[in-house]
Amino acid sequence: MNMMSNTETGFADLLKNGQTLSQFRADIAARTKATGCYNGLEKLELRESDPIGYEKLFSKLRGGLVHARETAKKIAASPIVEQEGELCFTLYNAVGDCVLTSTGIIIHVGTMGAAIKYMIENNWEANPGIAPGDMFTNNDCQIGNVHPCDIATIVPIFHDGRLIGWVGGVTHVIDTGAVTPGSMSTGQTQRFGDGYLITCRKTGVNDTPLRDWLHESQRSVRTPKYWILDEKTRIAGCHMIRELVEEVIASDGIENYEKFAYEVIEEGRRGLMMRIKDMTMPGVYRKVAFVDVPYSHPDIQVSNAFAKLDTIMHSPCEMTIKKDGKWRLDFEGASRWGWHTFNAHQVAFTSGIWVMMCQTLVPTQRINDGAYYATEFHLPKGAWCNPDDRRTGHAYAWHFLVSGWSALWRGLSQAYFSRGYLEEVNAGNANTSNWLQGGGINQDGEIHAVNSFEASSCGTGACAVKDGLNHAAAIWNPEGDMGDIEIWEMAEPLLYLGRNAKANSGGYGKYRGGCGFETLRMVWNAQDWTMFFMGNGYMNSDWGLMGGYPSATGYRFEAHKTGLERRIAKGEAIPLGADLDPGKAVYEQSIDQTAIVKRDNQCMTTEDCYDNHDLYLNYLRGGPGFGDPIDRDIKAIAKDLNEKFLLPEYAEKVYAVVISQDAKGVWSVDEAKTKARRAAFRKERIARSVPTREWMKEERARIISKHAIAAVRHMYATSFSLSDKFKGSFKQFWDLPADWELPESELGVPCYGSKYRMDLSLMPDVRTIVQVEE
Amino acid sequence: MSTYNKEQVAHLAEGTLDWETTFRMLSMPKDKARFSMYLEALQKKVTFPDRIVLPLGPHMYIVQSAKTKQWVTQCDCGHVFCGYKENWKMFANIYVRDTEEAMADVYPTLMAPDTKWQVYREYYCPSCGTMHDVEAPTPWYPVIHDFEPDIETFYKEWVGLPVPERAA
Repeated sequence: MNMMSNTETGFADLLKNGQTLSQFRADIAARTKATGCYNGLEKLELRESDPIGYEKLFSKLRGGLVHARETAKKIAASPIVEQEGELCFTLYNAVGDCVLTSTGIIIHVGTMGAAIKYMIENNWEANPGIAPGDMFTNNDCQIGNVHPCDIATIVPIFHDGRLIGWVGGVTHVIDTGAVTPGSMSTGQTQRFGDGYLITCRKTGVNDTPLRDWLHESQRSVRTPKYWILDEKTRIAGCHMIRELVEEVIASDGIENYEKFAYEVIEEGRRGLMMRIKDMTMPGVYRKVAFVDVPYSHPDIQVSNAFAKLDTIMHSPCEMTIKKDGKWRLDFEGASRWGWHTFNAHQVAFTSGIWVMMCQTLVPTQRINDGAYYATEFHLPKGAWCNPDDRRTGHAYAWHFLVSGWSALWRGLSQAYFSRGYLEEVNAGNANTSNWLQGGGINQDGEIHAVNSFEASSCGTGACAVKDGLNHAAAIWNPEGDMGDIEIWEMAEPLLYLGRNAKANSGGYGKYRGGCGFETLRMVWNAQDWTMFFMGNGYMNSDWGLMGGYPSATGYRFEAHKTGLERRIAKGEAIPLGADLDPGKAVYEQSIDQTAIVKRDNQCMTTEDCYDNHDLYLNYLRGGPGFGDPIDRDIKAIAKDLNEKFLLPEYAEKVYAVVISQDAKGVWSVDEAKTKARRAAFRKERIARSVPTREWMKEERARIISKHAIAAVRHMYATSFSLSDKFKGSFKQFWDLPADWELPESELGVPCYGSKYRMDLSLMPDVRTIVQVEE
Repeated sequence: MSTYNKEQVAHLAEGTLDWETTFRMLSMPKDKARFSMYLEALQKKVTFPDRIVLPLGPHMYIVQSAKTKQWVTQCDCGHVFCGYKENWKMFANIYVRDTEEAMADVYPTLMAPDTKWQVYREYYCPSCGTMHDVEAPTPWYPVIHDFEPDIETFYKEWVGLPVPERAA
């Protein structure tokens, strides 16, 4: 055989203890399992003997990580990195467990760790070798990355010739050379169109990128200038942090550093359990979320006939908080992965949860793998969040990752509410879309791709004591920002004709969800330009809480052959500002009547052609509401009306208030009349409703006759095929006949992937890392 | 750890607490005494004689019935839904928005879900018409039993309070 084994390559002995990295990692896992404490650390020797020194070490390292992120991001030219802060740096111990992380897209606490573990378990130390000064690059979603546009540079850290850890840096690049442009594209249905994929490849030696890597990678994407500077950003940050570790070791000693690098993970494990006991309540919580995948529409143009079907992604969550403060997150019943780019690796799912938790349960700087060790995850193998096929596409994993976790927001918020920590309650999160993406030749005459990160500022969920924030945040990046119009106009050949808060986009409630916003863009000075929409349209993915409504769904507006070039030249009216009430179609009044307009709920499209002076509305969603809307303070309703956050019709219909407008156009709410109206409204509710068990008889009949659209039936069929438990509980709840079944084969839609699948672990010489119960 | 007085916790429950104190509550470690002060504040707000064991929502509680000492899920109007271990939604009134017209009462055109994909199930108290929850699932979805709290463990082991008497 013309292949090298350890005999030929020699044993690297990177740890200088006679163990391979895999053996060392297995020992840590065994000690963790035996004691319940990370690495068997029942006693935190350094922390207990020198608490001040321990905290100093923490502060130096954490401060250095944040500093590296803030400094390195200035190298980038991409507004995604430089403006929105879509980057993160993380320090790992020798086995790839996260010690500490910077601010930013901290979902990558686990994803880069998964890449390091993949290298460890697949004997990278023998081939291609791991040496001081090496650099590895990874964006492979089959081994843990979220989506291919998150490119990670990973650098080993050695001390006296011994591997003591790793540092990883990740940036979200603008384009990955996928079938369609933009970092999170929809035009492909499988990995093979997801763009340039790199599997833990050695891309640098002696701190220098290899020339073959530079040449190959830069021509594999549409936006090489941004790609080059993004890589320099990652390398600079990693090297800053490696130098920081060297300085810390020089001042505090290698023994203390290494103790810290393991104790801090055990501290993180204990910290999560303590937070759970301090803030929540033991018990079982059940929540669920869905999102639409409307792929049968003609504006979804994909190259695979078997992908042309409508379906729904399903994320049921049973959260069990145990007596000891551990918790179990069980997603049994989740629907199967699909022929689209919305699939997520198990690590993207489990690691991603911490970016959410740092905004609620663990709002500390000590985000590391300790929290993972205090959590039991159950993700069914084959589900959208743990695919069992090596062909899956992941470019827009965020289509459901955010909403798939929304069940956790609501479960935790139930606990906070019951315990009296009302200030922590959050009804949920916006579906952080639309994503405006596309590409072509930009205003500088260059091949270009765009992905507007205005989605970094959607509405947030309502709290139990206050409204959600308007156009403020996205769950996946606590440091996010909507970016300046002037910067976006430099980065994209799209002029702004409006940027306004979106009325009625936040879910109604005693406290309403934060409003999203909308920007009207006009294509300008581009050539051969394309764009597409990505987001939810037929469904909303985040529910309200305790009587609050979900936020509004998305819709799309695009217009072609608008006549705007002529109208601007003649000084005629053009569409400006908000699409205040989408049913009134006000934009259409200021463009040619012969314009081609698409105004509908098909919020998932593929690359479509746009000429200069065409229009595109980028509507960023609002957050869900909390509590019964008829409890809302009337002053808050008047304020919403006067700030155009709420259309008058819905003040009356949803909030049951009696309103009037004065001569100056100022709205007010009549308190006495509203009190009477709300009393009547309660009676109307009772009159129009029926006992739940009565309604269930009708619904059961619809289930038995299988009365539902194909998308609904397909969702259930894929969940049933993966989980007898879910199917059994469904049939039991509805008291269905024993022979009631819902096979995919009877749905009349393509069933590719329903029976025949091949996992990555079946590839030769591949050892995959499983970090959840499957 | 910060501490707060009963008046502040009562204001929190009422939604009238000043932002400075609310922000302190958000940013500082949690006060363990909150739960008992919260119960006391809520008990003063309600008009029923039953003892609140656990708040479930702005108008819903698990209470110890003053008459029977049984734990039941109850609306703040006094309507008893069911025993505390059962799913209260099964004993509520439901209104399902499963048509375009019904959704149009809630959202502007194009901003509501397509009811073929997703419906709203509004759960009301049959006595007072309070809307306690809005589910937004696909058609056919089972009525979700959201929360089964382990009240005994919480009282005894987590907050160190005596568990209220519970008749079988």
